[in-house]
Amino acid sequence: MNVVNVLLILPAAGFLAVLLLPRSRPDAAKIAALAVSLAVFLLSLSIAAPVHGDGAELKFVTDVQWIASPDIRYHVGVDGLSVWLVILTALLTPICVLISWRYIERRVKEFYAFLLLLEVGLIGVFVAWDLFLFYVFWELSLVPMYFLIGIWGHERRIYAAVKFFLFTMAGSVLMLAAIIYLYLRAGTFDYVVLQEQMASGQLMLTTGEQLLLFLAFFLAFAIKVPLFPLHTWLPDAHVEAPSAGSVMLASVMLKMGTYGLLRFCLPMFPNAARQCAPWIIVLAIIGIIYGALVSLVQPNMKKLVAYSSVSHLGFVVLGIFTFNEIALDGAVYQMLNHGISTGALFMLVGFLYERRHSLEIADYGGVATPAPNLAAAFLITTLASIGLPLLNNFVGEFLVLQGAALVNFRWAVFAAIGVILSACYMLWMYQRAFFGETPEEVRSHVYDLRAREWAAILPLIALMLWMGIGTGAFLPPIQALNRTVLEQTKSNAEFLVKETPPRPPLRTENGAGAGRGLLNAR
Amino acid sequence: MRHLWLIPALPFAGFLLNGIFGRRASKAVVNAIAVGSVALSFLWVVKTLLSLGGMETPHAERYFTWIESGILNVGFELAVDRLTAVMLLVVTGVGLLIHIYSTGYMAHEGGYYRFFAYMNLFMFFMLILVMANNYLLMFVGWEGVGLCSYLLIGFFFLRRSASTAANKAFIVNRIGDFGFALAMFLMVVQFGTLDFAGIYPAAAEMPAEQTAGILTAIALLLFVGATGKSAQLPLYVWLPDAMEGPTPVSALIHAATMVTAGVYMVARSSALFLQAPLAMDVVAIVGLLTAVMAATIGLTQFDIKKVFAYSTVSQLGYMVLAVGVGAFGAGIFHLMTHAFFKALLFLGAGSVIHALSGEQDLRAMGGLRKKIPLTFATLLCAAVAIAGVPPFSGFFSKDEILLAAHHHAPWMYWVGVITAAMTAFYVFRAIFMAFFGDSRGHHHPHESPPSMILPLAVLALLSLAGGFIPVPRFLEPLFPAEGAHHDFALVAVSVGAGLLGIGLAWLFYVSKPGLADSAAARLGALYRLVYNKYFVDEIYDATVVRPLIGGSRAVLWRGVDAGVIDGAVNGIAQRSRDLGILLRMFQSGNIRSYAAWVLLGSVFVLAVLGVMGGLR
Repeated sequence: MNVVNVLLILPAAGFLAVLLLPRSRPDAAKIAALAVSLAVFLLSLSIAAPVHGDGAELKFVTDVQWIASPDIRYHVGVDGLSVWLVILTALLTPICVLISWRYIERRVKEFYAFLLLLEVGLIGVFVAWDLFLFYVFWELSLVPMYFLIGIWGHERRIYAAVKFFLFTMAGSVLMLAAIIYLYLRAGTFDYVVLQEQMASGQLMLTTGEQLLLFLAFFLAFAIKVPLFPLHTWLPDAHVEAPSAGSVMLASVMLKMGTYGLLRFCLPMFPNAARQCAPWIIVLAIIGIIYGALVSLVQPNMKKLVAYSSVSHLGFVVLGIFTFNEIALDGAVYQMLNHGISTGALFMLVGFLYERRHSLEIADYGGVATPAPNLAAAFLITTLASIGLPLLNNFVGEFLVLQGAALVNFRWAVFAAIGVILSACYMLWMYQRAFFGETPEEVRSHVYDLRAREWAAILPLIALMLWMGIGTGAFLPPIQALNRTVLEQTKSNAEFLVKETPPRPPLRTENGAGAGRGLLNAR
Repeated sequence: MRHLWLIPALPFAGFLLNGIFGRRASKAVVNAIAVGSVALSFLWVVKTLLSLGGMETPHAERYFTWIESGILNVGFELAVDRLTAVMLLVVTGVGLLIHIYSTGYMAHEGGYYRFFAYMNLFMFFMLILVMANNYLLMFVGWEGVGLCSYLLIGFFFLRRSASTAANKAFIVNRIGDFGFALAMFLMVVQFGTLDFAGIYPAAAEMPAEQTAGILTAIALLLFVGATGKSAQLPLYVWLPDAMEGPTPVSALIHAATMVTAGVYMVARSSALFLQAPLAMDVVAIVGLLTAVMAATIGLTQFDIKKVFAYSTVSQLGYMVLAVGVGAFGAGIFHLMTHAFFKALLFLGAGSVIHALSGEQDLRAMGGLRKKIPLTFATLLCAAVAIAGVPPFSGFFSKDEILLAAHHHAPWMYWVGVITAAMTAFYVFRAIFMAFFGDSRGHHHPHESPPSMILPLAVLALLSLAGGFIPVPRFLEPLFPAEGAHHDFALVAVSVGAGLLGIGLAWLFYVSKPGLADSAAARLGALYRLVYNKYFVDEIYDATVVRPLIGGSRAVLWRGVDAGVIDGAVNGIAQRSRDLGILLRMFQSGNIRSYAAWVLLGSVFVLAVLGVMGGLR
């Protein structure tokens, strides 16, 4: 049995084991959850090296029949796109156990059980290669998150949980319909088989079919990302969710959307994707600027970070739909970056909440004096989030914008405004929360980072630096995969593609290049 | 391999040591690490330059590939050529002096280790900036020095004004960096690389009819970056506020090194700018306007640091003018002499402030000449240098710039001369107000410790004699001198302007002290306009900041997000509930209502059939 199956079975077993623990011993549930999730993380590291060599190839494959009729298969494996997302999920789960240690006081064992179940769903989404199996994991991840928000959330938790559930369901019902339609046409749910049929011309979708199927998938993923204007469930869900819920939601669940776009929408429906790309890019750029501007005026820290996610994920969607190699690399990198830096931000906001029991920025001020280490960690995370060079987000944003500029310079101009605004909203929040004189309520409640909190935040800070400087450790499998995806978007629909985006001009013999027409715009 | 990486790595090691262990270390240990790391870096610079000899070609070292994707390949690559050599000596040399000075100046401040950790981090990024061999790595240094500037302006973070000034500096610079970033994207579009060695030859070979659009765009966007970092119109507004930082920070970052990065960047990109004459003209005019505008504000300020801050903006304008008219060598020359005399002015001002236990208002000083004579003597050296009195350093570099400006367009020379007169006036006004006349304060001034006086003395020497360092000739292989002749009349006029400014300052503030106030009163509205810095901050606040925040809150958040989008979602939910309520009426379980529905339904069906003419 290969390790990917273990990554699914182990947390599932942990889920059952924690549920069976006696209610009277909450500590046992914490320790069990920590042990299981740490084991999963350590095991997940073993998939990195083999995939690193060639990210385009599917590795650690298991393909067995699950249901005979209809033909649904348990087909799992990892490639250059899944590998880091699986490891990110496996890294964040034990960290979420750590940050919930004191935060969660009611129904302790159920909380940790749901956290492990969530891990099963999330890893499953990233490794499933059967569309129906993918859908099962997709819905499976929804359930524990619904309960995390609904049971352990703040005052308006029921409203937020229902809103979250309904938004996501609305999209995924359409996706299910599209999956079933594809099955009726192709006779299989298996993604690899589907792609072979499409490449060989055995399965031909008419332009109209392709557009409708694309839109069905796209809507499900766009709600999850979330793409403007489908984002309004996100701030409510984040504000009401407990700290760990926010971290998993921002860091991993939103990536299910962008993962789906890149994994399914582009390769399966390339013609429709190219057709819709200009519109989607406009929405992405609106989201980048809109999210940043709304972020600027939020009085609530979690809402601020939530709207900043709308802005950051706009970059990812922009990168995906430029159909440019550099931008695609940047988009995938940015998925991981956002997972790390925004996850860290939600953790740190959670630390503040544990101390002062408020999410309002106005209730803080001068935190840097009683808690210098917390302030330093928050600052580094803030700097990563606003794209300071040598930290992770810079690399992703730079690649996305550079790739976009190679296709259409105006996209880069508008999207780059978001980079200016990110400095405004983050630094303004930082100033109001951490600088200035310390009010009495802050002084008496806020203490510096404890060992458990250090253990949770340090790995993420280390990753911010590592991913900002040593990109060679992370980018190669992503690049290999993206090259394949780009090839697929061409070969699958060769007869349908009317125009491909222009190749970036290399330096020509006379050193001139073809960039002259650039300012005359396309 | 000459291990160029050691030059930035040494201060970085100092940052790490002091940043992590400094809180528990004694001041002596913190000092040794902070000053020692910069001193070693300086020595390594000297050793490297000596061993490199003539530097006819750049010496480059590549350490690893930073980002590789598609056609893009960006290496972590450092290089030294003659331009970088000048910058390295200025940055590490002046930096070392200011680090030594800080050990005395900051001795009684809290957060001692934090201050030095940030200072060392600044040195690291500044050295990366000047040694980078491609634009992306230069951008690392560029943003990094901005970060350190943010941290150090906001060093006294208990004061709200300090953290606000820090935010302002970072955000205004971000707007400039926006231009820098777009320029990089265009360079990749055009040249497929960000390496200096790849771009410059290709740009130089481009036929003129191709360069007009793309190279002008690249050059102008790069210059947008320079207006942010080097505090030029319209983005200069952050620099005067940056004086909230401790005085050594003002000297190191906001006078001698970081703010000159824009000038360095334009000089480094000379191959691009020379191909874009339109962009060059914009650069020259922006520089000249900035020089005049800031000098007029400098005439009226009473905070000694604010006077020098506007002076810095003005002098940076001179440097930008120089590179704009193609006199890159003169621009870098002035960059160096300015680093000497402006660092000295700030450190001297710091010594005054230190002596007066924090007083910065010129109106509360006076008569300090006898009380702190060493500070007075060194400040006087800086003042004669900046005023352009021959044969001191500022005279030579400013002279080069003004001659080049005259060669380019005579009117630029005359504006420059007027600015020179104002420069001499405001600097000597500050000197006379602080050191002459009677004491107007209630302080007991004391001379500064040797750790502060020693750097002052070294800088005084450099300010006096620095003009004899032949920087333009040294840089000639990179920037061939244009045919500007040394015209004695032009030199005499500019020197005369400087002396006139000094004389006027003497008249207004020493011999007839009441004259300044009556002149200000007579000028009335004009004086108030200049004193209030042309209300530029207020205009930006009213036209940009407030609409942006107000609009985001009222229109986007409350309007679009809560109103339109959630309104629509809730609307759908409401409609489905209404529908549900309606449908519920069909299954109430009440026989009579069922009967009523059956009746209504039958009537409806019959009516429809009747209308359609189906019942025949």
